[in-house]
Amino acid sequence: MSESNQRYIGQARPRIDGPKKLSGEARYAADHHLPDMTYAYGVFSTIASGRINDIDTSAAEAMPGVIDIFHHDRFPSLHRSPDNFANGTKVDEPRLPFEDDRIYYAGQFVAMVVAESFEQARAAAYEVQVSYRPDTPITRLEEALEQHKPTPDEGSRHERGNPDSAWKKAPQRIEAVYNTAMETHNPMEMHASTAAWDGQSGRLVLYESTQGVVFTRNTIARMFGLLQDKVEVKAPFIGSGFGGKLFVWPHAVAACAATRSLGRPVQLMVPRAQMFTTTGHRPATRQTLKLATDADGRLQAVIHDSVNSTSMLADVPELCGRCTKSLYACDNLRVSHATVPMNCGTPTAMRAPGAAPGLFALESAMDEMAEAVGMDPVAFRLRNYTERDGSQDLPFSSIHLKQALEEGARRFGWEKRTAKPGSMRDGDEILGWGVAACNWEALKVDAKAQVTLQADDRVLVSCATQDIGTGTYTVIAQGAAEALGVPIESIDVELGDSRYIYGPLSGGSWVTASILPAVAQAARAAVEELKGYAIARGGPFESRKKDDLSFENGALGVKGGEMLSVAEILQARRLANAVGEASTSGELGKAYSYRSFGAHFVEVRWDPGISRLRVSHVLSAIDVGKVVNPRTAANQVEGAVAMGLGMALFEHTEFDQASGLPVNNDYAEYLVPSHADFPDMEVMFLHYPDYNFTSEGARGVGEIGTTGLAGAVANAIYHATGKRIRDIPIRLEQLMVDDLAATG
Amino acid sequence: MRNFSYQRPESNHAAVRAREGRSTMFLAGGTTLLDLMKLDVMRPEQVIDVNRLPLDKVKKTADGRLEIGALVSNTALAQHPEVKTHYPVLSQALLSGASTSLRNKATTGGNVMQRVRCHYFRDGVSPCNKREPGSGCSAINGMNRSVHAVLGTSDQCIAAHPSDMCVAMAAIGATVLVNGPSGSREIDFLDFHQLPGETPYNEHALRPGELITHVVLDAPADGARSTYLKLRDRASYQFALASSGVIVAVQDNRIQHARIAMGGVGTKPWRAANAEQSLLGQPPGREVFSRAADIAFENARPYAHNAFKIPLGKQAVIRSLITATS
Ligand SMILES: Cc1cc2nc3c(=O)[nH]c(=O)nc-3n(C[C@H](O)[C@H](O)[C@H](O)COP(=O)(O)OP(=O)(O)OC[C@H]3O[C@@H](n4cnc5c(N)ncnc54)[C@H](O)[C@@H]3O)c2cc1C
Ligand code: SF4
Repeated sequence: MSESNQRYIGQARPRIDGPKKLSGEARYAADHHLPDMTYAYGVFSTIASGRINDIDTSAAEAMPGVIDIFHHDRFPSLHRSPDNFANGTKVDEPRLPFEDDRIYYAGQFVAMVVAESFEQARAAAYEVQVSYRPDTPITRLEEALEQHKPTPDEGSRHERGNPDSAWKKAPQRIEAVYNTAMETHNPMEMHASTAAWDGQSGRLVLYESTQGVVFTRNTIARMFGLLQDKVEVKAPFIGSGFGGKLFVWPHAVAACAATRSLGRPVQLMVPRAQMFTTTGHRPATRQTLKLATDADGRLQAVIHDSVNSTSMLADVPELCGRCTKSLYACDNLRVSHATVPMNCGTPTAMRAPGAAPGLFALESAMDEMAEAVGMDPVAFRLRNYTERDGSQDLPFSSIHLKQALEEGARRFGWEKRTAKPGSMRDGDEILGWGVAACNWEALKVDAKAQVTLQADDRVLVSCATQDIGTGTYTVIAQGAAEALGVPIESIDVELGDSRYIYGPLSGGSWVTASILPAVAQAARAAVEELKGYAIARGGPFESRKKDDLSFENGALGVKGGEMLSVAEILQARRLANAVGEASTSGELGKAYSYRSFGAHFVEVRWDPGISRLRVSHVLSAIDVGKVVNPRTAANQVEGAVAMGLGMALFEHTEFDQASGLPVNNDYAEYLVPSHADFPDMEVMFLHYPDYNFTSEGARGVGEIGTTGLAGAVANAIYHATGKRIRDIPIRLEQLMVDDLAATG
Repeated sequence: MRNFSYQRPESNHAAVRAREGRSTMFLAGGTTLLDLMKLDVMRPEQVIDVNRLPLDKVKKTADGRLEIGALVSNTALAQHPEVKTHYPVLSQALLSGASTSLRNKATTGGNVMQRVRCHYFRDGVSPCNKREPGSGCSAINGMNRSVHAVLGTSDQCIAAHPSDMCVAMAAIGATVLVNGPSGSREIDFLDFHQLPGETPYNEHALRPGELITHVVLDAPADGARSTYLKLRDRASYQFALASSGVIVAVQDNRIQHARIAMGGVGTKPWRAANAEQSLLGQPPGREVFSRAADIAFENARPYAHNAFKIPLGKQAVIRSLITATS
């Protein structure tokens, strides 16, 4: 399809689901109140390691409205999920809730009260008396590393050339250790399950705040020993997930078990405080970077060894080297990953997993290396630019990192930067300018779509993927409108229901790239079906052949002749609709490596007299191929940048060292950027469609903005303060000038 | 949240009389109380909703003071013309607090009475002398970076008083009017909040059942300028790591009047009287301010994670004095 004719793809469109969200019509998992519903509330472990001694429920049972109380001695026996990504049963935490009396982390479900109302359930939950036999918990990565040998993740290790000896031999080299803190996803909408078991039909309906209705259905079916079609999972709207809602967590299992036991619908919300414990997080990482160059600043060796915290229940490696292995030209390179367990819930993917902490470290190290060789940070990155993925020895399908760096620098005014730290002042404030590359895999997965042309001239597109707040509803409508040549207003999109035709998990920034080809194909298939009706006996074009007919602007006819609307044709045959389905493969051509690129330019303002640091300007030049909807896409980058700022400066899930209890588990104390922290922000899309990737040329845009941002901030802070901070979040006490008299 | 009885009296008298048992709480904006009830940290058996009491007015008294009803919202007070004109330090302090929606609900009386933000107090299970007398203080050797104090701490409790509004009031000088079972009385604002000492569960000077009806601000000092500076990690919606409210009058290049109060660093809204003294008669300037800041933190005691609050608090004092005098 030639680009210039496109009416919808590539256009900045408002979200088609916006009015529903604004008006409150959009219903989220806990907005469903079913007849005869009951409410569950958890009792959560107040120790981080040990065993349950005794659970005394007598006082709670006597409370008003209490129906039942579940715990490890009173819970239906379930099966574990096979935990297999390929068959859609992956889980983060393999252990089932209430499996035994063991405690692996604070905030673990130890009991669950079901009552007639939410308030009654909560009040009774406070009355459940649990006594423990506590062990000393491990609450920090440092501590875990002292007590355990890390478990290497062999599958993700990559080595080429002779990195260690090349590093030793090189004339210029650096070595540094970077630490990133544990972070929590903190979507606005808390995890919630509304589950209803119908004993007669043996069916389970689950409204779940999930990024994957199909995965959830498959997983729950396996756990409860049900056929897949006996389980329906619905998530038409979710208040975001950021990776924390990809797979099934214990609360969903508990809610389903309770409804099946009680025969009444059960709603279970995860309280905000437990969103920090039992629903995943980005683990803490410690990363050792060794870089070396020749005298001209060409990388001779790159070594990126990373270890991250995980839970006692599963080894979840954070793949910090996933970008390092191919971002710059270097023949001698190693990336490796390992995990070490501690007493926390199980980590999971959080927006740009691996890449976000990994590029903080790599892009900080690139700055340190640039300084060591006396080069400008932009020039140093350009010197090591490559169009080949060294880890696969393949060319990139499309790369415009060079343009991102060059055009971004121009727009930002980088040439006005003076290299010396602390040399750019504005009144009481010192400015710091920093740059970093961003990078993310371009992924694509199998997808299906169904397009229904209806007798009322409306078009319904449906698929069991989700819109997690990223704009998937809108992008799909654009794709269908484009394929059919009908106004976008005539398109309805239905997502987030496992009964619909198969749709992908909303993760990895792959939904747009995966779903658009399926939507376009399904639209064409629907038109074909319509043509069939039109030429069949009794149809308006009875004597014609399919090939004679063309479909334009929502009408079918012979070129130059009479055009009939979908409604007219269907009504003539007294048919309800014409339906098209399509299935597209996620497989990508083997000739290329597929990745997205970009560069962030960041300005910070540091007021040493009051130790105040603010990020004042961010320019992000983003190379994601074709941009299907510049409005929702820019919104994704802005949100991703906010998350990157949080990572750089604020976000840190903290636990009390002695007890292992979380200490900042609410929105007041777990800091994310507020509106007032959000800088002047420019998103610059480079608009180079990647037709080596897909026929649409669009790579995903959800995650890339988070990558590199923390590195750019740290580099800008160094430029402002002269302090190289290798631990994030960077806090003002790390930057404070000790000599007050000099700064006041 | 646990069951409680609920009343909504229409008069101060009725509110004070409604009290039945020991664990009675007045409900104003609810932004502290309901929060802590949901967390099961505050467990009143009786809640007396005071929102219908006629305490929502700000008015000037005959002697030039400003009488603020206990139910005046933080937003209304911050925007009040008298406050904006004559007490900018208070307006600024209020606007630096919480978020717009919280300030719309939060009341003057409730703000004075707000509880500490110490997470060990709020988690409902960790040892905490404030919540459970004698159980110990988890913060002293625990996580004590952001919401813990360096001034006025004791071995029993180190939680910082979280209010911004109260810092400005401490600087201005004020009187708390209360009405109780045994009648009305006045409490000097500086005596209202109490140091933790051996009894961290005693936070204020109210006797059981007493209701705050008003806070009366001292008349504004002649020719004085005032400002509030709040330092924190993020730009908004965070309690102070350190803050400073100052009121200064300069005449003939000599400081005639000085008030310094600090937030985020003390276990109560902290007046730095000695530091104020050191300024009197001096020409305004960095060195003089810097000495005052040192004096203000003379007796500060750092803990494992909050030592930075001492230099940060000094910076707040110095910069706010510079702002108020330039
Ligand atoms: C997320 C968050 C962030 C915040 N950030 C800040 C901040 O940055 N700076 C800041 O200063 N504050 C902040 N606050 C605190 C906020 O200012 C207080 O919660 C608020 O002022 C309390 O007022 P209220 O009317 O809601 O009190 P309530 O919650 O109704 O009551 C609080 C207490 O005062 C008692 N009380 C209320 N009225 C009276 C009365 N007339 N007489 C006697 N006792 C009474 C109640 O019994 C209760 O014990 C924040 C609060 C939250 C939740
Ligand atoms: S600092 Fe005070 S409030 Fe916090 S744990 Fe110690 S005693 Fe409790």
